[in-house]
Amino acid sequence: MKKNGVKMIKISSKNVDVFYGKKQALFNINLDIEENQVTALIGPSGCGKSTFLRCLNRMNDVIDICRVKGQIIINDFDINDKSCDVVRLREKIGMVFQKPNPFPKTIYENISYGPTIHGMAQSKNEMDEIVETSLKKAALWEEVQDRLHEPGTGLSGGQQQRLCIARAISVKPEVILMDEPCSALDPIATAQIEELIDELKKDHTIIIVTHSMAQAARVSQNTGFFHLGELIEHGSTDKIFKNPENKKTQDYITGRFG
Amino acid sequence: MNLILFTFIVLLGFTSYYFGRKKAYTIQYTKKRLTALPQFYGYYLAIWCAIPAFIIFSLWAIFEPTIVKLLILSDYSNQGYLDNELNLIYEKTKSLSRGQFTGEITPFIEASAKKYINLRSIAQSSKVVIVLSAIIASGAYAYKRISSNSRTREPVEKFLKAVLFTASLAAILTTVGIIFSLIFQTIDFFKVIPLFDFVFGTHWYPAKAFVRDSSEALDPSMYSDTFGAVPIFAGTFFIAFIAMCVAIPIGLMSGIYLAEYASVKVRQYAKPLIEILAGIPTVVYGFFAALTVGPFLKEIGNSMGLDVSAESALAAGGVMGIMIIPFISSLSDDVITSVPQSLRDGSYAMGATKSETIKKVIFPAALPGIVGSILLGVSRAIGETMIVVMASGLAANLTLNPLESTSTITAQIVVILIGDQAFGDPKTQAAFALGMSLFLVTLCLNIVALRVVKKYREKYE
Repeated sequence: MKKNGVKMIKISSKNVDVFYGKKQALFNINLDIEENQVTALIGPSGCGKSTFLRCLNRMNDVIDICRVKGQIIINDFDINDKSCDVVRLREKIGMVFQKPNPFPKTIYENISYGPTIHGMAQSKNEMDEIVETSLKKAALWEEVQDRLHEPGTGLSGGQQQRLCIARAISVKPEVILMDEPCSALDPIATAQIEELIDELKKDHTIIIVTHSMAQAARVSQNTGFFHLGELIEHGSTDKIFKNPENKKTQDYITGRFG
Repeated sequence: MNLILFTFIVLLGFTSYYFGRKKAYTIQYTKKRLTALPQFYGYYLAIWCAIPAFIIFSLWAIFEPTIVKLLILSDYSNQGYLDNELNLIYEKTKSLSRGQFTGEITPFIEASAKKYINLRSIAQSSKVVIVLSAIIASGAYAYKRISSNSRTREPVEKFLKAVLFTASLAAILTTVGIIFSLIFQTIDFFKVIPLFDFVFGTHWYPAKAFVRDSSEALDPSMYSDTFGAVPIFAGTFFIAFIAMCVAIPIGLMSGIYLAEYASVKVRQYAKPLIEILAGIPTVVYGFFAALTVGPFLKEIGNSMGLDVSAESALAAGGVMGIMIIPFISSLSDDVITSVPQSLRDGSYAMGATKSETIKKVIFPAALPGIVGSILLGVSRAIGETMIVVMASGLAANLTLNPLESTSTITAQIVVILIGDQAFGDPKTQAAFALGMSLFLVTLCLNIVALRVVKKYREKYE
């Protein structure tokens, strides 16, 4: 999204290093994420792209041995600062995981979970409305409107993942992080999710980690290529795929390694 | 003699294993491919050597005494002896043959004793001969059968399956046997004491039954108001309730702490420590309750102007609760730990705090296991004996005052069965009736537990 021809930057990471115990997983990552665009992070397994993604909503806090250094600035605020309220941060930055992980609750409760803990609905009607809009935005409403009070775990894999997306957007996050959201899904479900991602970028900034080069090319406007914990190259998806500057990027994209 | 023979069979079985394996190696050496690994040939030979011999050995041990007795007593047949007189003669014969007979020795008995010694020695030597020849015959047969294309793996596997089947059959049959003995004694009990009096009677006073002279005829009317089980059922559930009031909150919270909050290091030390609590014998808890907690509660009660018995339901229930804490804590910790990390991640990513995540996601997901652990704790509380006997007394008061003493089913079984008892006496059979009711209660509890667990599992997986 450009305003007066200037790219709007939503997230900007500066000199980010991540350590698991003594092992360094990310080296000096500097990456700007454009607002209301889809940014794809690609690279071979173990290259640190998921680790970087988890830095953005401080999910690495959950892992005891993990330490993050450097600045990650969202809305002019460094989220690695001590004064950062993780609960508010995660309200603003939603996340969708590799494997669909709906809570063992009803579909309705899965969606209402976030709005409840953030006190976003004052009445049952308001909550009903949030649930409906979230499910509609996640293109799941048609399929589940008659069984909102059945367990979310009873849905198919693709439906479960869309339920997780609906859950993430229920709290109206500004950014949605997606960690290989289609790797456990079949091609039809994948196509549905990709379509959804394109739809969602109107209201949200999306960062997606993917192993599928084709998927990155299809859904993203910007791409970052990670290799062995370093950000090798980033830029517009067009440029990365058609005219990469770095040899490693070219090799990876053409399938010569990784 | 039997022991030597038995050891010999076992040793031979082991040796034949090596012979069988060696023969297999020899076959292998001639570049022929075996149908199974060499050790299967060893097992095969060992089974063939030991098992037939062992079966003959056991059958012999079972039937030898009966046959010898028949042969001895055949001399006395047609002489008009009664059955119990014949038995007496046989016992006399046996003790005389061992040189332990002290009474008057008649020539008949002396002749029988000689015959007895003679028969036994014949039996012994023929047993050795037959068992040994069985080993040799079946062993040689099996050894001959071992060749490059003989099948050894299937018989060995079948044999193992048979052994495992026998073991599980033994476990099931003993359980069934115990239940049946309970049932028959209980039925006998209810022939004397009406079921209605037992289930709804409010006076439990088995001491009344102790004073009966066993030579008197049984008069059911003298047992009215003796075996009314309501007070002890009430006491059982009351004490179990007190125990669970202590055990569930503490056990569950410590389980949650261990699983979710404790660092790896704390968990590493705390969990074994809590499990040590589970290893303390209940007798030790018993005197802790009787000598420490009971008097302590009495003192506190007295200082507050309450009349507290030194043996109180509160002391017994409280200590029982402490005993059950480790079960609930350890089991719920396991269950909570096994909730997939992806659910936690999902909740944290929504901005939920740790306690919100535990309350709304992890606890519901772990509920079936937690309910299971609690019901296991309840079963233990109901079945616990020692603590109650020592700390809550034996008087079956019908009360809901935790400061008074009450008694439980298990404690009353102890009361009834301590000391001399006569079988077939309602007093003794009362213990079986109590055991039966205890069994039914825990059975129902287990069924309910399984139902609950199943229901929630369907909902949450």
